Amino acid sequence: MPEQLFWDDIEVGMEITPLAKIATTQMLVKWAGASGDFNPIHYDTVYVTSTGFGQIIVHGALKRQWLIQLMTDWMGEQGTLKKFSCQYGGMDYPRHMKTISEPQPGETWFCNGKVTKKYIEGDLHFVDCKIGLENGNGEITTSGRVTVILPIKSL
Amino acid sequence: MLPEEIKKLIGTSGQIQLYEVEKGAIRRFADAVDDPNPLYYDEEYAKNSKYGSIIAPPGFFGWPLKQTRNSPLAINIPLELESAFAQAGYPLSLVLDGGMEYEFFLPVHVGDVLSATTTVRSLRERSSENGTIIVAFLDTTYHNQHGALVAKQQVMFIRRSLNQGQKEPANA
Repeated sequence: MPEQLFWDDIEVGMEITPLAKIATTQMLVKWAGASGDFNPIHYDTVYVTSTGFGQIIVHGALKRQWLIQLMTDWMGEQGTLKKFSCQYGGMDYPRHMKTISEPQPGETWFCNGKVTKKYIEGDLHFVDCKIGLENGNGEITTSGRVTVILPIKSL
Repeated sequence: MLPEEIKKLIGTSGQIQLYEVEKGAIRRFADAVDDPNPLYYDEEYAKNSKYGSIIAPPGFFGWPLKQTRNSPLAINIPLELESAFAQAGYPLSLVLDGGMEYEFFLPVHVGDVLSATTTVRSLRERSSENGTIIVAFLDTTYHNQHGALVAKQQVMFIRRSLNQGQKEPANA
């Protein structure tokens, strides 16, 4: 686990440590099984062609979960994720498999974000951030906002 | 105009669903995300953390104890709403996930049994280049077995219609 982040050290505009992700068709099948979303638009090439999507698309909820990991990694174990929101603004397409375990060459995506506000309410220390998932063309296909509670350094 | 059989469901709630939070389900979920955080699988580590036992990643609430409807999707749509959509020509095969909001109150631990209630908060009809769509907002609250509020969730999804000559996918 990374070092603990403290509210004292936060500045507005500070960047959240980016999290690199790739998506493969194999990972989408794993996600389908783990999340319970068995919509065939996420794994069946023949079916997806008949729907108008044209090609297999990445589950929005998987992108959501990557963005949640971005936050839990950054805030550390003493931090608390209080609020999280995201909107799916664009389709993302996974890499196909080259071998049984290796993906085709392709895009790596980055979850990233920035601190927009820090404040105190009661005895809790809050930080608001805006976050997003950036695809290989530099487009933000999923964007969101989060609020975390961070510990303070003891005197 | 929003079809009457759909409109009348605004403000109604679906049946309570129970979700069992299993250790293996958490591990597979974290693995599918490729999130190596030991709080999600390492019992010793989790025991010595502030949580005291393995927790689920925020956003994972376990698996439904009973499959109350035969849907291939993970979105928790009240049964009555789903059948009203289907009757009005907005099939499940044309659903699009639009986004979501969470507010978290308590961590979810291995062994928790959560009860979830989903309420239809709003349904709005819009015109789009692909015909009529309905934008739906559903609110779900999760309580744990002690009756404590764990999380509030809001899901936004889009239903596309079969009109404008669009055909339902053959395999749906």
